[in-house]
Amino acid sequence: MPTAATSSECTDLAARELVIDVPGRRDGDALSFTVAPGQVWGVLGPNGAGKTTLLHTLAGLRPVRRGEVALAGRPLGRWRRRRIAQRLAVVFQESYDGFPATVLETALIGRHPYLSPWDLETAEDIETARQALRRMELDGLEERLVSTLSGGERQRLAIATALTQAPSIWLADEPTNHLDLRHQVAVMELLRSEARDGRAVFLCLHDVNLAARWCDRILLLDPDGGACWGSTESMLVPAALERLYGQRLEAAQINGAKVFVPVNS
Amino acid sequence: MPRLVPPLLVLALVGGAAVTAAVAVGSVPVPPAALWAVLGGEGEPLHRTLILELRLPRALAAFAVGGLLAVAGALMQVLLRNPLADPYVLGLSGGAAVGALAAMLAGMAAVVVSGAAFAGALLSTVLVFGLAHGTGSWTPTRLLLTGVVVAAGWGAVVTFMLAVGPTERLPGMLYWLMGDLAYARSPWPALAALGVAVALALPLGRSLNVLARGPLQAAVLGVAVRPLEWGVYIAASLLTAVAVTTSGSIGFVGLVVPHMLRLVLGNDQRLILPASALAGGALLVLADVLARTLIAPEQLPVGVITAMIGVPVFLYLLYRSR
Repeated sequence: MPTAATSSECTDLAARELVIDVPGRRDGDALSFTVAPGQVWGVLGPNGAGKTTLLHTLAGLRPVRRGEVALAGRPLGRWRRRRIAQRLAVVFQESYDGFPATVLETALIGRHPYLSPWDLETAEDIETARQALRRMELDGLEERLVSTLSGGERQRLAIATALTQAPSIWLADEPTNHLDLRHQVAVMELLRSEARDGRAVFLCLHDVNLAARWCDRILLLDPDGGACWGSTESMLVPAALERLYGQRLEAAQINGAKVFVPVNS
Repeated sequence: MPRLVPPLLVLALVGGAAVTAAVAVGSVPVPPAALWAVLGGEGEPLHRTLILELRLPRALAAFAVGGLLAVAGALMQVLLRNPLADPYVLGLSGGAAVGALAAMLAGMAAVVVSGAAFAGALLSTVLVFGLAHGTGSWTPTRLLLTGVVVAAGWGAVVTFMLAVGPTERLPGMLYWLMGDLAYARSPWPALAALGVAVALALPLGRSLNVLARGPLQAAVLGVAVRPLEWGVYIAASLLTAVAVTTSGSIGFVGLVVPHMLRLVLGNDQRLILPASALAGGALLVLADVLARTLIAPEQLPVGVITAMIGVPVFLYLLYRSR
């Protein structure tokens, strides 16, 4: 449902021989992959494997150790930050409480990259933000202060803010954090539908089963920098996951979908 | 979206009323008719001298200084993402005080004292800037810590100078430290700085709104975070330096005015920054009227009055805020 305020162009994001900079760790494997329009990538790995570092590096928020990240074929360093922001949105793991702000004001900052310094938000911008809040079931909370929201509501607000930004590329760090089951499904469905509309989606996830059901590409990252990536079917096999997490797993089929359950060794 | 114009209009009217009151009130009261005549270019010579050479410049200087301090405070609070930040938190007034008091100790003229205060403020800014940059990464916390420690160092130097200074110079030095608009000679440099600051702050307001949500979120939304942060730091420092040079270090305005406005008007910097200029100006003009009339012919340090007005108003607003 691209509206006038939505960027509908297709853009890809590519890692080229990328070595991320995790302080105190030797160079990890060089990563070369392309997050193409229509794809949903999921990054899995234990705590401290560098998932967030990788996501921030792809967003151009951290320096690379080697290699480069390219947006639409052009290295990030040669883009203006504002142009990147018109194409790429990031949902962070933690949101930052600066000064008190309402829910609507917070979602509206997603329009920042599209406005010149002298512009005020237009009625159309406000409508875009309201629509995003409705999609995240936050309508009715527009005038509430963010500090009064629950953890799950804040998480949905972060996603609504990214929706308001209308990106062609989504980078989301644990987008289902703090969410109840229904909203976890809703968020994954939303990201899936963004991909169907020609956007590229890249997620850090903890839940293997969410990745199995909604991602079509998987990147496994282990704590000493080793990495491998490929299609979901080829990557999500119990042996690989057991090695990755150091945890025994059983795989089962429920209604034709693969699920993984941790078991005691 | 809060509409921007009506609150600013109200504050501008309050500011105008404050300046008018400041011109009319004093040891020789000026009735409205005489005031009108003077502004029209006529009136008695006594009234003309009183208004045009004494009260109006002083009221305008008070307005400019109050506005500068409030805008600088609002900027520092966003920059450091710390509600306790004020224009002096990074040691700038300490540097200015050391410069001014050193000039006073040496028996210099008032012009030199002002110049030395400005030089001290800039020296302190550059010192904190350089040290906070350091060899590692730069964070608001690091800037804050550097500033606070540098301020403590200046405080020690000021105390030392007060301890060794000759007794006859002490009252002047103390009044400078508490802030005194009697030092203000011409209001124009400060008013010009205030005008430039507000004109520059308006187009940056939305970027500052985004910056207030953290540097990563700001970067992702297209803000050039580092240049903006340094720009805000340098701007706030210059504004404070001009204010301190004009009238000594007047406390409280920079801390409390932006917060009062946030409690009433919300957190949109596009509104808060110009509103701070107007409200800070109005508050200091009124405070100065009280400072020179309450125990006339003696004068109180104006900082005492800003606190006496500001503390209860602030606490009341905080109490009834959601």
